[in-house]
Amino acid sequence: MSEPLLEVKQLYCERDDRVLFDNLNFSLNAGEVLQIEGANGSGKTTLLRILSGLTGNYEGDIFWRGELRSHARESFNRSLLYFGHQPGVKAILTPLENLQWYAAMHPSIDAERIMPALEKVELRGYEDVPCHTLSAGQNRRVSLARLYLSDAPLWILDEPFTAIDKQGVSQKEQLIQHHADQGGAVILTTHHELSLGERLRRINLNQPGET
Amino acid sequence: MAEKKSWLPRWFYQLASPRWCYEFMGRLLPWFGAGALLLLVAGTVWSLLYAPADYQQGNSFRIIYIHVPAAILAQSCYMLMAVAGAIGLIWKMKVADMVAKSCAPIGATIAVLALATGAIWGKPTWGAWWVWDARLTSMLVLLFLYLGVIALHSAMESDATASQATSVLALVGLVNIPIIKYSVEWWNTLHQPATFTLTEKPAMPTEMWLPLLVMVIGFYCFFAVSLMLRVRNEILRRERRASWVRTLLDKV
Amino acid sequence: MNQPVSNAGVRPVNPGMAGLFWAVMKRDLMLAFRRRSDLLNPLIFFLMVASLFPLGISPEPTFLEQIAPGVVWVGALLATLLSMDSLFRSDFDDGTLEQTLLSPQPLFLVVLAKVLAHWAMTGLPLTLMAPLLGVMLFLPSEGMTGLMLSLLLGTPTLSLVGAIGAALTVGLRKGGVLISLLVLPLYIPVLIFGAGAVQAAVTGLPLGGYLSLLGAMLALGVALAPLAIAAALRISVSG
Repeated sequence: MSEPLLEVKQLYCERDDRVLFDNLNFSLNAGEVLQIEGANGSGKTTLLRILSGLTGNYEGDIFWRGELRSHARESFNRSLLYFGHQPGVKAILTPLENLQWYAAMHPSIDAERIMPALEKVELRGYEDVPCHTLSAGQNRRVSLARLYLSDAPLWILDEPFTAIDKQGVSQKEQLIQHHADQGGAVILTTHHELSLGERLRRINLNQPGET
Repeated sequence: MAEKKSWLPRWFYQLASPRWCYEFMGRLLPWFGAGALLLLVAGTVWSLLYAPADYQQGNSFRIIYIHVPAAILAQSCYMLMAVAGAIGLIWKMKVADMVAKSCAPIGATIAVLALATGAIWGKPTWGAWWVWDARLTSMLVLLFLYLGVIALHSAMESDATASQATSVLALVGLVNIPIIKYSVEWWNTLHQPATFTLTEKPAMPTEMWLPLLVMVIGFYCFFAVSLMLRVRNEILRRERRASWVRTLLDKV
Repeated sequence: MNQPVSNAGVRPVNPGMAGLFWAVMKRDLMLAFRRRSDLLNPLIFFLMVASLFPLGISPEPTFLEQIAPGVVWVGALLATLLSMDSLFRSDFDDGTLEQTLLSPQPLFLVVLAKVLAHWAMTGLPLTLMAPLLGVMLFLPSEGMTGLMLSLLLGTPTLSLVGAIGAALTVGLRKGGVLISLLVLPLYIPVLIFGAGAVQAAVTGLPLGGYLSLLGAMLALGVALAPLAIAAALRISVSG
């Protein structure tokens, strides 16, 4: 794996008359975990949305496995798992139905493993209950169950630990570690103190340039 | 933008620079302004005083010298708006977005002018201020399309998103315009007996269509002037943080 | 290309085009059925709008039967328009729209399936209810087949075009009236030929031409509208 999975060159983004970041360069290799840091409103979520392809309002180039991402869009989408601010869960449907829909939308998800995944996020017994009866934390866990289901190499996670208890946090940390060990890559933002050792790299948006 | 389309000529990329466009338009303005003034004055005088009166409608016929150029311009303006929007969408060119945004209010105003002059023509001819004639109704629908673009643009806060959304809307409208025209014409023949329609243009003698041509070109020049003024304004507004704008405004 | 990374033994299964289409439709139909009460709203609106005309103008049978084709069509058009706002809004609000856009599956198909499900829940019931309104407005019985057929062909087009407006405004807090402004001019051709078909049926003229035109517009809509809807959705999500 000599080429980086994701490479970002001279990324520039402005919003509401403010320049969020200018001339941002970094690359992400397989096996790495990259944490984006910065003050609130510094553009962390915007950066994650740009990296996942949700917004095209930026200048600069993004390369996926050596190719321009705009030329390899389908391959990129197939290899991406994105966890955003909103849980991405339909309140009227049950966790099971929600995950079945995800399986239909993302071929990297295996529908047969939905029940074991729900068990891993401690929602066993709740799989047939409408999500609006579950708490906010439980809703986020439904979406996080995808992490146990998907074989997508690139994970982009925006505040994945919000509303998760301490035990759940360390469990997710282990999952991220395991994913990186297997050759995947993770980009995330979080307020939690991560204990992932040297594998963790940080980029601070308030101080441009690589660390 | 990493996808450089190398078959495009250099001036296309120059167009991408707002500053270059601002200065280029500044040089064009006096010429178009003079042209517009000259042609419109000459055309108006010619059409009001020297062109012959229509044997059927008399002097009220002269309103077509404003109505027809306005109608033609309203339609061309929409096409320009859609094309500029498409360019802005595909090549992410800010100036193209600004041109599209500036076209909308101008086009809407001209459509209103066309409708008003159509109504003024109708009154002495048919005794009614409004007639559901095919061309007037199509012009009304065109006005609705313009108003939709303006409304959508003003509802969005981010300039970039607003330009992209209105470009899509303008293109959808462009595809629909022939369909709308055809259906309205068909609808009109169904409900109105075959009479002399309000906007029918019988074969015109030279003394009539020459002043019309002068007026049409004059209108286009006037449109160019309005558009350039608006786009220049928009450039200044969007690039106000750039240093060249600051020095420019300091001089004022 | 896809290296299985964290989950040993995961066997991804591609549902295929038809499978995807059905999965999306099924989900949207399920969502609609769980809010059953909302399904009735467009139908009630349809009934009310049609009743406004005799109330506002005149209940004379000779008068009403003349305006019946147009009134039923306008009512169906407005009822469809009002229901369009909810097509993408809840998906936008809870983040599932984002996930849909990030899916490697073709957005064209997903959008088409959503609009079809929406039509099945609004346009189709309106079509089935239309004869009732026809009776209330003294539409002659010869006009009924024309009414049903024209609405059957026309309402899917209305849903497709309305979805473009819904996609453009889904990011705005108050989509409401704006959708109508954007979409009503585009509805005019469908209205003209739809109501024209009913008129023709009433007067005993052949319907073939009208129905083919409505069919052609539907075909154009199926081919082009999903492209515009997909583009508009991406734009709305990126804002």
